Amino acid sequence: MTTGASTLSAPGAVPVVRRARDKTFALKLPSIGLLLVWSIVPLVMTLWYSLQRYNLLSPGERGFVGFDNYTFLLTDPGLATAIWNTLLLVGSVLVVTIAAGTLLAVLFDQEFFGRGVARVLLIAPFFVMPTVSALIWKNLLMHPVNGLFAFLLKSVGLQTIDWFADLPLTAIAIIVAWQWLPFATLILLTAIQALDPERKEAARMDGAGPISMFVFIILPHLGRAISVVIMIELLFLLSIFAEIFVTTSGGPGNASTNLPFLIYRYALLDFDVGGASAGGVLAIVLANIVAIFLMRFLSRTIEA
Amino acid sequence: MNRALTRKWIWTVLAWGVALLVFFPIFWMVLTSFKTEIEAVSTPPRLFFQPTLENYVAVQQRANYFSYAWNSLYLSFGSTIVALVIAVPATYAMAFFPTRRTKDTLLWMLSTKFMPPVGVLVPIYIIFRDLHLLDVREGLLIVYALINLPIVVWMLFSFFKEVPREILEAGRMDGAVARDELFHLLLPLALPGIASTSLLAIILSWNEAFWSLNLTASQAGPLTFFIASFSSPEGLFWAKLSAASTMAIAPILVFGWMSQRQLVRGLTFGAVK
Amino acid sequence: MATVKIENVRKSFGQVEIIKGVSLGIEDREFVVFVGPSGCGKSTLLRLIAGLEEISSGDVFIDGERMNDVPAAKRGLAMVFQSYALYPHMTVADNMAFSLRLARVPKTERDRKVHEAARILQLEPLLARKPKELSGGQRQRVAIGRAIVRNPKVFLFDEPLSNLDAALRVQMRVELTRLHDDLKATMIYVTHDQVEAMTLADKIVVLQAGGIEQLGSPLELFHHPRNLFVAGFIGSPKMNFLRTTVTAVGSSAVSVALPAGASVEVPVEGGSLRPGSAVTLGVRPEHLLTSESSKLRGEVLVVERLGGTTYVHVRIEGGEMFVLQVDGENPIRMHDLVGLGFATEHCHLFDEAGLALQRSLRHPMADQKTRDRRGATGA
Repeated sequence: MTTGASTLSAPGAVPVVRRARDKTFALKLPSIGLLLVWSIVPLVMTLWYSLQRYNLLSPGERGFVGFDNYTFLLTDPGLATAIWNTLLLVGSVLVVTIAAGTLLAVLFDQEFFGRGVARVLLIAPFFVMPTVSALIWKNLLMHPVNGLFAFLLKSVGLQTIDWFADLPLTAIAIIVAWQWLPFATLILLTAIQALDPERKEAARMDGAGPISMFVFIILPHLGRAISVVIMIELLFLLSIFAEIFVTTSGGPGNASTNLPFLIYRYALLDFDVGGASAGGVLAIVLANIVAIFLMRFLSRTIEA
Repeated sequence: MNRALTRKWIWTVLAWGVALLVFFPIFWMVLTSFKTEIEAVSTPPRLFFQPTLENYVAVQQRANYFSYAWNSLYLSFGSTIVALVIAVPATYAMAFFPTRRTKDTLLWMLSTKFMPPVGVLVPIYIIFRDLHLLDVREGLLIVYALINLPIVVWMLFSFFKEVPREILEAGRMDGAVARDELFHLLLPLALPGIASTSLLAIILSWNEAFWSLNLTASQAGPLTFFIASFSSPEGLFWAKLSAASTMAIAPILVFGWMSQRQLVRGLTFGAVK
Repeated sequence: MATVKIENVRKSFGQVEIIKGVSLGIEDREFVVFVGPSGCGKSTLLRLIAGLEEISSGDVFIDGERMNDVPAAKRGLAMVFQSYALYPHMTVADNMAFSLRLARVPKTERDRKVHEAARILQLEPLLARKPKELSGGQRQRVAIGRAIVRNPKVFLFDEPLSNLDAALRVQMRVELTRLHDDLKATMIYVTHDQVEAMTLADKIVVLQAGGIEQLGSPLELFHHPRNLFVAGFIGSPKMNFLRTTVTAVGSSAVSVALPAGASVEVPVEGGSLRPGSAVTLGVRPEHLLTSESSKLRGEVLVVERLGGTTYVHVRIEGGEMFVLQVDGENPIRMHDLVGLGFATEHCHLFDEAGLALQRSLRHPMADQKTRDRRGATGA
């Protein structure tokens, strides 16, 4: 680990003692080492496998096939659907959680009776494990025969909706949005509460009504928090899996298959290691694009 | 009623309305867990009924439930302890002996969390299969420790930085070597921070629903897996499923409520405090 | 014995050199004060002695032993921090006993030492309290008590009084002086306040930008500052400076010009000065007088009455400002016109480079030791 230009080379330079850093290296080694292995080894293996023809069901027939897996992947119509579904899912959840989250954050910033308890209720969905959430919505609420929604629709004379057959992606989006809304609300609420009350008072003295207050004071202040929420949600939403696994298994057909589920299917249902690895590389590339922006943002805000 | 009080009531009604609406699915599930299976699927759905504990009893009688619950406990607490043991020395070093590389190292550690799990599903699965770690608790424990490590390091770092440097220097002048500094000074002072970090790590492990679904089965599967295995229930199963689910999520709801602020710090990697 | 010797010590942080080759010696039982403006390196120097920072080059010796590679914990020193740095989660008694606990001193012995220190500092009623329940002054004393308990070779103080209010500071200064006398220990004290330096020190080290400007007893620095910086730093209010030229050089005095045709004869050795050389005249406010017969006249701009003393700010013809110290009973008022007189035997002269010219006569108190230290180097 070199540490920049050597000060010993400059004429009349001051010799710098650098023993302190080595002392702590042993302390850092386990974390750094393990994470290094965890991040590099599987990645390298995925890349390697993506260039192979390898099916776990017929392990004898392995061979290097260059970019064949990628060609196959990119020409699979399922991929286009999966990517499109991923984008739809991510986009819709982002929009809903942030829009509703902002409004809820503003609402919960106000003083009202029982605010503490109401907040606990609002936060709860985020802590429910994804498999439970999915099953609540699938069986208790959205079930076309016995679900609560069916009952409500029928009692006002409307047709029941078979969510998971007719609107599978929408159903998944609803479930995921329900789970992540508390996250967005909580983050944005924390950010709003960090807003200096004197600024709000100054604005009120200047004659700002609630709408102007919202548009000119609160929204700009929330700008940073909203970016954080977008980036973090983006990262996690690109990997939505359990909800699909538990409710539709990607169906009907590919209607609710997103990229992770598609790859999962290649890997553990078709046992097509090569194909799944190629898909995995694609997923990694996509995630990295988002990560680059997130890292740049964090690097500016981090204090080390 | 004056203007301010009217406004307060408007907010109260609005906010509670939304809160109840959002909470409703959970409420409905908990309610269902106290119904008989027949009541659970009856139309119209009943809000008032004679509550019964038969579902909870039934779930308890199925010994399987507790082995899955035990797995969840073992995995969440175990992986958190492992993560802490690895993270504390590294974070101590980075917080109190920072180098020019420290910031980069922290950012790099965070970046390992940005890898989509599905991207490495294949190699991990194959490695686990070849090392006979599939459906073995310890295998999943290591995975959890590693995926939570960046967040644990990050949160501990921000808490350690809040301990004034001079207190540790005073300790050194009093004759404390590194071990003494750590045990007598740093850990007691950073204990609240360590507690919140642990809480967050436990919650994240408990709710983790990718690796637990793909790397385990009946032996090592945690509750996420157990619940998922009921994804195509026969109609008469819902009340019991609700009871099992309620038991599965109850502790985390409590933990989550306790750790709201740390959640914000942890999950936004400190960008929002 | 607890002596400290620093030989040509340098310290750099990255590319920036903070301490640029400092050498000095501290004798047993001496109270030495490092003083200087912010950023001069005084705290860094202290921390190098403490072992809290690593030396870039040079050596530090404590009692003749080279300490460069010895960690802070093992140097046998004690430090009182500016922010006191008490352990918040321990009681006062535990705070003071911590070092003894680490050294595995048995409990009875520990308690005895803690009580002894608590007695000296009047902390006995506070022993069971936690730091957050104490006032600033009390925390200060606990920090000192923690140091006393260790019975260290050298006490290190890093601006310990800076966070106290003015009245408490004065009181603590007196207590520290008495403590030093009681404990008879070597003490190194860092401050930016020259009043603390003057009142507490046996020896003052004036630092600026990482180097020593002058080293000597308080009165030596006061009466014989080596350069402009020390002259302006020591003494409050600050010494008056006037840039002027030499009119005549004699065998034991030099005459310099004053505005309005006046001149003053300063008793210094002429050295390489010639008539016409640029010099700076320095005279302290307490050595300026009002003089009816003086040719140098000015208008009083500000009068600061402290009760026992009064400081008068005068602007002379030519625009320069002088500060005089007069007796508190003097009825002088703003906008009065006064003449300035100089007590020439107390004037200083500095050459173009800012160095002081050697005074013909040494002040009788400049070489007096402020304390009679038995068994030390002898007065």
